[in-house]
Amino acid sequence: MRPLLELTGATVRFGADAALDRVDFRLFPGEVHSLMGENGAGKSTLIKAITGALPLDAGELRLEGDHVAFASPHEAQAVGISTVYQEIEVLPNLSVAENICLGREPRRAGVISVRLMQARAREILLDLGLDIDPASMLGQHSVAVQQLVAIARAISTDVRILVLDEPTSSLDLDEVAELFRVIRDLRSRGVAILFVSHFLDQVYEICDRVTVLRDGAFVGEYLTTELLRIDLVQKMLGRDMADLKEREHTDDAAPEAAVVLEARGVTAAHGIADADVDLGEGEVLGVAGLLGSGRTSLARALTGVNRPHAGIIRIEGAGVHLDSPRRAMSLGVVYSSEDRRRDGIVAELSVLDNITLALQAERGVLRQLPVARRRELAASWVEALDIRPADLDRPAGTLSGGNQQKVLLARLLALSPRVLVLDEPTRGIDVGAKVEIQNLVGELADNGMSVIFISAELEEVLRVGDRVAVVRDGRIVRTAPAGALSADALLALVAQPDEDGE
Amino acid sequence: MTAMATRIQERASGPSFLQTFLSRHGGMMPTFAAVGILLLLFVGAEIFLRGDFITPRNISALLLDNAYLLVLAVGMTFVILTGGIDLSVGSVMAFSGILGAKLLADGVPAVVAVPAMLLGGAAIGLMIGILVQYFDVQPFIASLAGLFLGRGLAYVVSLSSIKVEESSLLWLQSTRIRLGDWYITPTGLIALGTVAIAAFVLHLTRFGRTVYAIGGSEQSARLMGLKVARAKVGVYVISGLCGGLAGLVLTAYSGAGYPRNGIGTELDAIAAVVIGGTILTGGRGYVIGSMIGVFVYGTIKTIISFMGAEQSWMQIIVGALLLLFIVVQRAIVARSEGRR
Repeated sequence: MRPLLELTGATVRFGADAALDRVDFRLFPGEVHSLMGENGAGKSTLIKAITGALPLDAGELRLEGDHVAFASPHEAQAVGISTVYQEIEVLPNLSVAENICLGREPRRAGVISVRLMQARAREILLDLGLDIDPASMLGQHSVAVQQLVAIARAISTDVRILVLDEPTSSLDLDEVAELFRVIRDLRSRGVAILFVSHFLDQVYEICDRVTVLRDGAFVGEYLTTELLRIDLVQKMLGRDMADLKEREHTDDAAPEAAVVLEARGVTAAHGIADADVDLGEGEVLGVAGLLGSGRTSLARALTGVNRPHAGIIRIEGAGVHLDSPRRAMSLGVVYSSEDRRRDGIVAELSVLDNITLALQAERGVLRQLPVARRRELAASWVEALDIRPADLDRPAGTLSGGNQQKVLLARLLALSPRVLVLDEPTRGIDVGAKVEIQNLVGELADNGMSVIFISAELEEVLRVGDRVAVVRDGRIVRTAPAGALSADALLALVAQPDEDGE
Repeated sequence: MTAMATRIQERASGPSFLQTFLSRHGGMMPTFAAVGILLLLFVGAEIFLRGDFITPRNISALLLDNAYLLVLAVGMTFVILTGGIDLSVGSVMAFSGILGAKLLADGVPAVVAVPAMLLGGAAIGLMIGILVQYFDVQPFIASLAGLFLGRGLAYVVSLSSIKVEESSLLWLQSTRIRLGDWYITPTGLIALGTVAIAAFVLHLTRFGRTVYAIGGSEQSARLMGLKVARAKVGVYVISGLCGGLAGLVLTAYSGAGYPRNGIGTELDAIAAVVIGGTILTGGRGYVIGSMIGVFVYGTIKTIISFMGAEQSWMQIIVGALLLLFIVVQRAIVARSEGRR
């Protein structure tokens, strides 16, 4: 069979660095193909080269054997290549229907027919199992719905190649199942699908073939059925997975050390009600819960980002009133947002500035950190967290996701906090960086820092946390020692409505 | 809230009419607020002036006196919707006006002079658009260059006022189409026509929706495969064209071209657009709102001249209103983001 799309010797350079170095890639009709690799392996760059968002510096792109070169995403779309990007690219100020149909609206004599457009949008959305008003503004909806709308847009045309870059990162289990149903349906219609995900389970569930990249270079192309997971991870990392240090778990439901942060009956407007949290010194409290369960609301209420409506928070026994992140920081409680692009990294500023930002803000404008001191400080964090490339003056936005997350961590750690609240610090980053961040959290706790670690991945919560708090429907339904829970038991707690009377 | 919850909720109860309306047209709230303020001004003036204010004559004059500003505000709305700004429109209006007056005075027929006025404006807009899109110049700076260029060109054409004798141009102003005590002039019709065409283009053509898309997120619009470059240059051309048209309307209104016309008018136009509910960062707003904004502006001006108060109060009140509106808009945007 001839590949629908074939990329040979693809090279893309950013300045002196090659983001892609002579990579080959094939995509056959009627297959789901996954692109695997660490952060910075070149996955996003490869996708952009296919979809016309980036030009190739060298190499050739062939579509059905014919040489093609796309100058813009528009040209790629014109031949049937649709893309859903990792950072959700939608227009919150326009209606759902427009987000799906924009650029190819049904028109009569050049005039957009709003009614036809909305009818078409509704049809496509129902196909995705989403029953929302197509005329409503997209900004009104949750991130998950926005993600599904972006996918609806991609499949609304006569799509021949569908590129999905991390499509499931903001979806819950039902929505993922729905998406997979649509993917299978498209596959059976002969569409070639490029599916990029960090969730290995999902890759093994849906993909027929895998191409592995590492550091911008081609590692190999494999059939999913013939590649063991452990081999896949090893090929992606280029090293063994034995790096993960097991933390010793205590078997106690209450923290054994002195309680640093104590919360009683914390309630915030939407999301969390009546939450009790105890966080001991040097303890990692894992928080498990689905998207929208209230896990983020809890984190934000505990760190002064959103003011809680009710409840008491004590730090080292003293009642505090956390009405702003600044107040919380001065008390040693810091928060890292789940959305690092929007609420974390300042993409235009250098790594140096990003790391020293919070520290300088805490000192105030009048007590400037000397430049040499700032560089020294930032350099020490870059080294300690192994931020790559180790270039202090590089704009932080150009780093890969995992390294951006490390820069954020460095910023918070520079404040020498007592309590670190991490909201999905490993979302959208590769396995290697994940392991590094998990290990780092363990080390911090061993050195006496208290950490609240929120994650969608249950295994991760169990591995990192000393104790695990399960959040469901805006309540903490159970807090238990990590050692006492298995992944399956945790899954049951997270997913199922009350049946065990907790 | 998860998508699941949304779905279940909607299936269970079905959203109320109000909820549906807000979820569809929440962005219109600032425009409604502008309508509210306009009505408040009318009623307030009516009470204060003991029934002398809301008369057909006054309201007809409101459109007549502000027709040029309305045309400018329409063009400005396009630009601001993309998140840009056009500071050149006052100068472009002056240039177009003096160019037209000069050509007519030199005996060029109106059928040539009028298109020349419009094209002159559009050309300056095109220059700004190209600077913004292809040379990556900040809209503020690019249109500042346009401002100086327009003003300079106006002085090149003539340093002093040129009277217009051409009957067809004066006809635009002097003709009163009457309905009882109400009247409208062809300049008023031009202004209203501009609003109607703009509303049509913005809401029912692909170009118009691309303008909104760019204001929402230029990056997303580009990745969606929309013709971003074309639309971005296009809005400045439209703004320049509107500047040229405003020059025509103003020349007809004042019966002369004058190179010092419209100094600071670009700021009046921006104020009207913002008061009308268009958000300066782009993506949200309506050309109808800009029309309301112009009427609010014009009404304040009329009230102050009725009261015989100092003209400086005009500026203070408009400034206060602007502040109020920007605060209201921020609150609305913050609320809609908070709800997600």
